[in-house]
Amino acid sequence: MIVNLGPSHPTTHGTLRIILALEGETILKATPEMGYLHRGVEKLGENLSYQQFIPLTDRLNYCSSIMNNVGYTCAVEKLLGIEIPKRAQQIRVLVSELARIADHIVCVGVNAVDIGAFTAFLYLFRQRETVYDLFEMAAGQRLHTSFTRIGGLFRDIPEGFVPLCERFLVECEASVDECERLLTHNPIWHDRTKGIGAISPEDAVNWGYTGPCLRAAGVPQDLRKAQPYLGYETYDFDIPVGTTGDVFDRYLVRMEEMRQSLRIIRQVLDRLEPGPVNVDDPKIALPSKEKVYTRMESLIHHFKLIMHGMEMPVGEVYSATEAANGELGFYIVSDGGKNPYRIRVRPPCLPIFSSFHDQVKGCLIADAVAVLGAMNIIAGELDR
Amino acid sequence: MIIEHIDAQLPGAVTDRHAFRGDQTIVVAKENLLALVDLLYREGFQLLVDITAVDWPEREQRFDMVYHWLNLASQERLRVKVPVADGGTVPSLTGHFKTADWFEREVFDLFGIRFDGHPNMKRLLTWDDFPGHALRKDFPLDGGDPFCMEGCTAPYNNGERARD
Repeated sequence: MIVNLGPSHPTTHGTLRIILALEGETILKATPEMGYLHRGVEKLGENLSYQQFIPLTDRLNYCSSIMNNVGYTCAVEKLLGIEIPKRAQQIRVLVSELARIADHIVCVGVNAVDIGAFTAFLYLFRQRETVYDLFEMAAGQRLHTSFTRIGGLFRDIPEGFVPLCERFLVECEASVDECERLLTHNPIWHDRTKGIGAISPEDAVNWGYTGPCLRAAGVPQDLRKAQPYLGYETYDFDIPVGTTGDVFDRYLVRMEEMRQSLRIIRQVLDRLEPGPVNVDDPKIALPSKEKVYTRMESLIHHFKLIMHGMEMPVGEVYSATEAANGELGFYIVSDGGKNPYRIRVRPPCLPIFSSFHDQVKGCLIADAVAVLGAMNIIAGELDR
Repeated sequence: MIIEHIDAQLPGAVTDRHAFRGDQTIVVAKENLLALVDLLYREGFQLLVDITAVDWPEREQRFDMVYHWLNLASQERLRVKVPVADGGTVPSLTGHFKTADWFEREVFDLFGIRFDGHPNMKRLLTWDDFPGHALRKDFPLDGGDPFCMEGCTAPYNNGERARD
């Protein structure tokens, strides 16, 4: 029998259809169909200036937009060969880790709902709201933040951000504890997650897994440690690793990663010092509005940056950051023009999801739902 | 480091190379791609991070196939580029890397490059009758009317919009 799982089914997490060939409840074949959004993000990127592409990166993974902003601007800064000020680096780390927590909250919480555990979702989502309050304070937006700029940030974090963030650190830790008490030793949770979607480390690498799914399979690959950026090498944190790569291990890895992110945020708050949040280069960073309105040079620089764009070197770079789902890469080819000649987004979700059929073959439909949620399926990352 | 190994074990395979902002790039002919992949796999480049293409319509070899590899042990990255002519094919890497399956289908879908030996060379993101290949430089940005296909007075023809 053929059954369509999605695209409107709540467990398919967005516009995704999976065509299941079944023998009773057992899955013989799973054929995914994505591309319902088809926003043409890479095509658009070739026709927008480097700055204008930032809001499109929000839409790549709508659960952790800010990490996509950070990943993209890091790639352009690599192309330019510039380093941003220390405070900007620290704030990028701060908001990235907040976004990682928010993303993991969605993944773990919604996966639990898919499997039938509703309370854990409510406990965790309370903290996600606080993260979005913090993003609103910093970026003026809750979901599509567009917080970074090439050479720094849209603006500095405002007054009131740090006290709320400190309160969040305490409350979020308590919520993670609560969630673990509900799920980690729950026999029903074990029955639904243990041994489901298990994958060997060799297969995980061969399928191109990165992020929590790869680490759950036992491969301790994390770009924050392996190829540090934004000063991650100066923070003290651990990389949780699983053994079987099943749904349960992916859950455990994400829970521990939330704790480690809280650890990193605490260190950022301890070392945050005043300073600029943009590079001191008028040919890259937009001047403040105050200067645009009062100084002729700033007005000219503003005009030149908006109308003509930055002077980009000719070359190609691949820059990767450790996003919530894994390696988020941006491959940019520049021909020296105002727009990128080619911009390629390497989303973590696509390679992970390409193994979906292998993961669910021979399982029950209910297991397919558990596996799908544990992969943290983000339709925006699957689409182009 | 790896480039010296490639030079020693596959002499003449690398036709061009450059380094920019710390990224190592080598260019190989498609005839040498599978031998190179065998070598890379043995040398520890077992994570095929990404496969994509770049369209250069004015060049004789119109497309650059671009592969990004990562060595998990040494954390060394390598970019391999393979020039391909319009209508030409490239050997599929699905025999070595399972992840190549969808990446190659995506390249076929959006650029129209075919892969020899791919087990399921179907479009990945767009529907089967989608006209043209959206990431080619001559495909219009506005997309025109993609639902206007057969019998339409102004259809696409291989990515180019017919003039009235």
